[in-house]
Amino acid sequence: MSRPMLEIVALEKSFGDLKVLRDINLRVATGEMVFVIGPSGSGKSTMLRCCNRLEEPTSGAILIDGKDIVGCSSSALNRMRLEVGMVFQGFHLYPHMNVVANVMLAQIKALKRPKDEARERALAMLDRVGLRHRAETMPTQLSGGQQQRVAIARALALDPKVMLFDEPTSALDPELVGSVLAVMKDLKDSGMTMLVVSHEMGFAREAADRVVFMDGGLVVEEGPPEQIFANPKAERTQAFLSRVRA
Amino acid sequence: MQDFIRLFFNLEVMAQTLPLLMQGLWMTAKLCAAVIGLGLVGGLFLALGALSHRRWLRWPAFALIDFLRALPPLVLLIFIYSGLPFAGLAISPFAAVAVAFFLNNSAYYAEIYRAGIQSVPTGQTEAARACGLTTGQTLAHVVLPQAVRNVLPDLLSNTVEVVKLTSLASVVSLAELLYSANMARSLTYNASPLVLAALVYLVLLWPLVRLVSRYQRRLAA
Repeated sequence: MSRPMLEIVALEKSFGDLKVLRDINLRVATGEMVFVIGPSGSGKSTMLRCCNRLEEPTSGAILIDGKDIVGCSSSALNRMRLEVGMVFQGFHLYPHMNVVANVMLAQIKALKRPKDEARERALAMLDRVGLRHRAETMPTQLSGGQQQRVAIARALALDPKVMLFDEPTSALDPELVGSVLAVMKDLKDSGMTMLVVSHEMGFAREAADRVVFMDGGLVVEEGPPEQIFANPKAERTQAFLSRVRA
Repeated sequence: MQDFIRLFFNLEVMAQTLPLLMQGLWMTAKLCAAVIGLGLVGGLFLALGALSHRRWLRWPAFALIDFLRALPPLVLLIFIYSGLPFAGLAISPFAAVAVAFFLNNSAYYAEIYRAGIQSVPTGQTEAARACGLTTGQTLAHVVLPQAVRNVLPDLLSNTVEVVKLTSLASVVSLAELLYSANMARSLTYNASPLVLAALVYLVLLWPLVRLVSRYQRRLAA
């Protein structure tokens, strides 16, 4: 395997005495979509949030395209965060600016793009998620699914090398989930490297290249979706999957 | 009844002393501009200090806010104007009032900003930082606009208090609106200038007070 786009090496994270992550090792190849599943409290989200240091790792290394994000200075961190897009469960659009301004802000302030260029890029990204016609709308007037697609456009506008998804559909009404998953599928087809924490097992089975099962702060098992879902080896994976299906 | 009108609502006296009162009003306006401007900036820095993760910043900020809120503004003013000269620090009445009320109001504005900043969900900061914005950019473009909007009625309400507070400047003989009116009263031996000054305060502040309650009702809805 050539150099992975995202590599997590011996990652540990503790909150006080509580060890949330113990020795996580994970590689995501360029263009690969890796799904992380597991019971709540297994450390999935914490691991994801360590990848752009919203959570400060206790020890270990996280390499983005070969560069370690864990040890770097705060100015280098701000630059590296441009290469790692993140989508949150709660969307977190800026409610005081309209949709296109949401997608433009970091382009102008962090990437130092000229305004015209940022706007053009923002509209192109909104077009990509099917929301160009809502560019001048305020976020609160959009449905949850639409807000999440704008959040994806906001991350994509910075030309990231990796996209992190933290339960992107968990806060959505069932009928709105499909539109967000369709955007993610399109993103994967265009070659984006993606690490996804999600409970959408059907989508994982259909679209993921690899599925990682985490429990108790450890990667218990990983493999292609057919194998993990049809023939899980570890007992804990079997127990979790039978609970989810039941 | 006639005497009452002659002594309190004497239009002739009011017209005669109006220029003096307008000079006083101009001084009040300059004082307000200085105290509100400095207070809004000082309050922001105090609030950011009080919310800092660094203990050496947070503690002094909290201590200063508490101290300034507990100290009566008139005590602070008289200490600065009449006390500091004993230490060789004599300043003009205007500077004394501006400094005293700037200090007092920074603390109040700081508490309002702090409540506003804390009302913005942490997800907003996380989303902005994840997009590569610095702490300062996140504050300026994402957190503060929302924070200020959430506490706008309180900021306005405190600003009304500042305008009223400036009338205390009359005790250090600064010729603002109240002092000028009181001087006009003693010159004309008639209370009408004081009534006129009260009416000016009322006309200036009543719309602001209305605005505050309108905002509060809208935020409550």
